[in-house]
Amino acid sequence: MVIHPKIRVKNLTVSFDGKASLKNVSLDIEPHIILSVIGPANSGKTTFLRTLNRLNDDERAMKVSGEVLLDGKDIYKDHDPVSLRRKVGIIFALPVPLPMTVFENVVYGPRRQGIRDKKILGATVERFLRDAYLWDEVKDRLDEPAMTLSGGQQQRLCIARTLAVNPEVLLFDEPCSALDPISTAKIEEALSKLKRHYTIILVTNNTKQAARVGDKTAFFLMGELVELNETGKIFTSPEDRRTDDYLSGRFG
Amino acid sequence: MRTLSPRLTQRIAFSILFAATLFVILPVAFIIGVILKNGLGAVNWEFLTAMPRASMREGGILPAIVGTFCLVAGAVLFALPLGLCAAIYLSEYSKDSRLNRAVRLAIVNLAGVPSVVFGLFGLALFVGFFRFGASILAGSLTLGLMILPVIITSSREALDAVPGSFREVSLSLGATKLQTIKYAVLPHALPGILTGTILGVGRAAGETAPILFTVAAFYLPRLPRSIFDQAMALPYHLYVLSTQVPNVAPKIRYGTALVLLAIVLLMNFLAIAIRSHFRAKKKW
Ligand SMILES: Nc1ncnc2c1ncn2[C@@H]1O[C@H](COP(=O)(O)OP(=O)(O)OP(=O)(O)O)[C@@H](O)[C@H]1O
Ligand SMILES: [Mg+2]
Repeated sequence: MVIHPKIRVKNLTVSFDGKASLKNVSLDIEPHIILSVIGPANSGKTTFLRTLNRLNDDERAMKVSGEVLLDGKDIYKDHDPVSLRRKVGIIFALPVPLPMTVFENVVYGPRRQGIRDKKILGATVERFLRDAYLWDEVKDRLDEPAMTLSGGQQQRLCIARTLAVNPEVLLFDEPCSALDPISTAKIEEALSKLKRHYTIILVTNNTKQAARVGDKTAFFLMGELVELNETGKIFTSPEDRRTDDYLSGRFG
Repeated sequence: MRTLSPRLTQRIAFSILFAATLFVILPVAFIIGVILKNGLGAVNWEFLTAMPRASMREGGILPAIVGTFCLVAGAVLFALPLGLCAAIYLSEYSKDSRLNRAVRLAIVNLAGVPSVVFGLFGLALFVGFFRFGASILAGSLTLGLMILPVIITSSREALDAVPGSFREVSLSLGATKLQTIKYAVLPHALPGILTGTILGVGRAAGETAPILFTVAAFYLPRLPRSIFDQAMALPYHLYVLSTQVPNVAPKIRYGTALVLLAIVLLMNFLAIAIRSHFRAKKKW
């Protein structure tokens, strides 16, 4: 049986002011896997994620060439940014709760799609807070401002908020970089469960995390995709010298 | 020459700075004091709620108070939507820095136009060209133009102070640009916009020149009936009482000044109160 890739990237080049941040990247991502993306600073990882849901569209200095296909459909030609972002959600490195209650944060996306029914919204909140492993901690605090949660809780709230939009693909940009080991463990646990329903790309600066949760791992360097393979393969016998150098700490 | 001891220098510097501060406060306190002392005796229920009588030498100033409120309300009704839309466009949409710079220049210039020029402009455009006549409508529009720069500038500052990450989060959750502005930006800019508007109101309430040719009635002892009616207004009424009508009791002049001052100061305090209330609540 042929598995169609959820996302297919073909010769993607992204440049800002003529300076390429992504150079001719091509890759396929199968559905329901976690793809870890690793690489030193400035290697284009964030640019890659932000291109996948067109969050950089307003950047005037940006130029994109090549193709990105989501379920075979071009994200620039066959999608508008709004419908695309409802299918491809993103979670940023620093949690940004909107200055409203926990409840309102979770239903921010659904409300923008016109859902008003109190029952549906309430069920949405419970379901996705559970999926983000946060429900037990905040079920009595739904009406408090989201800013009063701890950093780790805020990040899980942001995950729940993104899930509530009902996306198919989840992009995580170093979601644990500001978190303690216990919060990190909770998020990793959530990730492993979530992949049953979503296709996940996880950018991480923590190679151990990439090894723990990634089914596949991609290594970016200076805007180039150096290597993409099964995670076990990347970490035990990488094909490219540069991957080996990076993982053994010889540069980066 | 012996140098002064550091202690003495300190004290001299402190005294100079303190004296300068005092010098700033004194005139304000003096003005308020004089007006209170001379005017408080005149202000009573009748003064606030009755029509003027005996060529304004007796009775109250109700039509002037009502006129001022109508003018200010009209000015805000006109300038707030217009200014807010312009501010939203400039802050959230226009990335064309050329247009942005041109508008900023226009606003600075608009803010620098002497108020009597606004009056003449209003006379030519609203009273004359649009044939509104001398009316509340013409006066409100003229005042509205005058406070437009305050409203646009403060609205833009308020919008720009909302963190960009809110917009990004909102967009990433599949909200449209308009929804993002409405739900993730505007609510957090509202206090600042309100503050600017109230400051504009204070200014509009106190100006004489813009209403001189466009609406102000010399003596009209009844309430305005429509927006095409002329009206009395506090600042112009004060001017008339002080220079045009002989033998007006000083008490009445000062009483009128007191009412006008109270309205303007109240507006300013309200603006300050709103600003500090929301500043204390802000959590980002
Ligand atoms: N909006 C932008 N405008 C201009 N240049 C940009 C923009 N976004 C990214 N870049 C450039 O693209 C390059 C790659 O940046 P990117 O953020 O993708 O790296 P990264 O791999 O995510 O790094 P890090 O690990 O530090 O997060 C950088 O040189 C950066 O300056
Ligand atoms: Mg990054």
